[in-house]
Amino acid sequence: MGRLIDLCKQKLGGAVISAHEQHGDETVVIHKDAMLTALRWLRDDEATKFDFMMDLTAVDYFGTRPREERFEVVYHLFSLSHNHRLRVKMPVAESDPAVESAVTVWRAADWFEREVWDMYGIVFKGHPNMKRILLYEEFEGHPLRKDYNIRKRQPLIGPEN
Amino acid sequence: MGVTVEEKNLEAALGDSVILTQVDKVIGWGRKYSFFLYPFITACCGMEFMSAAASRYDLDRFGAALPRFSPRQADLLFVVGTISHKQAPILNKVYNQMAEPKWVFAFGACVCSGGMYNNYATVQGIDTILPVDVYVPGCPPRPEIVIDGLVKLQELVANERSSKWPRGKAQYEPRVKR
Amino acid sequence: MEDKNQLDLNTELMVLNMGPSHPATHGTVRFFLKLDGEKIVHMETEIGYLHRGFEKHCENGTWTQAFPYTDRLNYCSAPQNNVAYALAVEKLLGVTDKIPARAVYIRTIMCELARMADHYTNLAAGTLELGALTAFIYFVEARELTWDIIESVCGARLTSNYIRVGGLASDLPEGFAGHVKSVFAKNRVFWSEFDKLLTHNRIFLDRMRDTGAISREDAISFAFTGPCLRAAGVEYDVRKASPYLAYREVDFDIPVGTTGDNFDRYLVRMEEINQSMRIVEQCLSLLPSGPININDASVRNPSKEDGHTYMESMIFHFKNTIEGIQVPKGESYVPTEGTNGELGFYLVSQGGGKPWKCRVRPPCFALTQAMGHMCTGSYLADIIPTFDMINLIGGECDR
Repeated sequence: MGRLIDLCKQKLGGAVISAHEQHGDETVVIHKDAMLTALRWLRDDEATKFDFMMDLTAVDYFGTRPREERFEVVYHLFSLSHNHRLRVKMPVAESDPAVESAVTVWRAADWFEREVWDMYGIVFKGHPNMKRILLYEEFEGHPLRKDYNIRKRQPLIGPEN
Repeated sequence: MGVTVEEKNLEAALGDSVILTQVDKVIGWGRKYSFFLYPFITACCGMEFMSAAASRYDLDRFGAALPRFSPRQADLLFVVGTISHKQAPILNKVYNQMAEPKWVFAFGACVCSGGMYNNYATVQGIDTILPVDVYVPGCPPRPEIVIDGLVKLQELVANERSSKWPRGKAQYEPRVKR
Repeated sequence: MEDKNQLDLNTELMVLNMGPSHPATHGTVRFFLKLDGEKIVHMETEIGYLHRGFEKHCENGTWTQAFPYTDRLNYCSAPQNNVAYALAVEKLLGVTDKIPARAVYIRTIMCELARMADHYTNLAAGTLELGALTAFIYFVEARELTWDIIESVCGARLTSNYIRVGGLASDLPEGFAGHVKSVFAKNRVFWSEFDKLLTHNRIFLDRMRDTGAISREDAISFAFTGPCLRAAGVEYDVRKASPYLAYREVDFDIPVGTTGDNFDRYLVRMEEINQSMRIVEQCLSLLPSGPININDASVRNPSKEDGHTYMESMIFHFKNTIEGIQVPKGESYVPTEGTNGELGFYLVSQGGGKPWKCRVRPPCFALTQAMGHMCTGSYLADIIPTFDMINLIGGECDR
């Protein structure tokens, strides 16, 4: 197991659901209630020092996982001083698609969280401006959910075709 | 300027001091070399539009060099790049703001038909929004084919009847009004 | 406001809508501005006008079918997107080390040529929007020359679709090195002309210097990468921090700015053009001969010749095309240095021939996000150079 995974397990204890290292990418899966404290610790601690939130996205495991963990919110963190990376994931239930917002930890999270809301319908609690970013306000549904068909048209503000 | 044989003979009989033609033809001839284009650039095709407009391919040779960035001063709408549903009302507004006569140049596969993007977000061809005069396919089209399209448009404009104008507003009824 | 004479003036705020079809914003973006005179008090940015469902399309096609869509992310530097995606799939397949050296070098060359073309495009559009039409024409001609090389390799000027999982679509054409050499000689002349036209140009300096500046700390917290981060004084480049392709073997420098303003971003970009030329020249001198595709028919189709001669090769052709290459279950993230910054692909496979999730980390998404931060407090006219130097590419930002 990687050094970062050990560190996370030590520090976060029960909050870590699982961890794995695949193709050299270290990944920790964290309980979503402990997310904000975990992220803040990852940013501030001298040993981790993840000052960059490189990417934030979500994955829809519709049909392949139980509904209590249908979605997964994925953070890709990077530390400039240590030049190491970590992937942090948290499962999100279909019935309660909401997690804490990380805008107070990294300012970059702002738009990335709006995009996840737009595409997957996962709400980030505490986000100052939780509205659609890539699509328009009138759009119904969230297109990157697996149950949204790619051909499903919504000619609401555009032409019918 | 496209004169018939009889007209030519008559001109010769009058000592070549008179030009006989039709008003439509004079106007068409004038219009075809003086396009003022409005580049509505959204995506990848814009890169090829830059090339077509710059020195190597030089749209200026065909009298269509000067981009006007106000639709009210333009008579040729270059729609360059994918039009999404979010973009559609804006394109429609730009078209309706242009003074007649006006022509529309569909630049690239996405504009013509939606191209590679057959999905929830993309308009499947701008002719669902407004009338198109020239379709130029390609993803993105090379500058040569753009020039070819422009020459085709010039032919079209030269042979146009003035009774075609005005064409009126675009037939576009969104379900949700903004 | 501090000026006593101005206190009596009626300073009602004006709300201004800039865009989405604005001549000085390449790509479509909309700014909602609150102005106090010409000063920006508040600014909001709206994007998404070019959202065309990249991820949804990738999830609905095979692994190979995603390549044309990656071309159209950052369309100014298509080969880089191809490479980043291919690297991520290869990482999932576990074949990263088995890619032939020649393919690795050719990929590096294509990436750097694309970087040059992208910088030329950015600077061309940027200078045009500041009113410098002459510089625009020079930059576009330099880009045309660079595109001629790319075209000779893959037949397309812009959307190359050249890289494949496990190799390349085709080998370099004959006389490639000579072609590159003659083009670079011209490009170097062009470079000194740009430099003369712009770097000491009084108008250009006034528009660029001290505008759109961002501090080192803010740049990091906004997840800036690429030239904009380096202009703010942070020496971070994925090519150096975690070398991929052949970047470990070649010698190049990373230009770093000090003030983080638009002028530093311009200087960083200009120097990167030079460094890219250096990298391409070194790669050409190191270029090994040999195969360009991995010797594994389940990853990369066997040659057409074999497909017509051997039964098994034909079956692989058929299966790879119809079912897609079979990628084991797992996930991978590969960071690469795109022209605008860190271009990462995060792929999730549930096994089988289609990606379950194909996420791209768009560098200019993070940069555009900070537009409000960089422009608030400055003048309306400063939006233009700042937005130019951010280099928003619609295809990448909105996907």
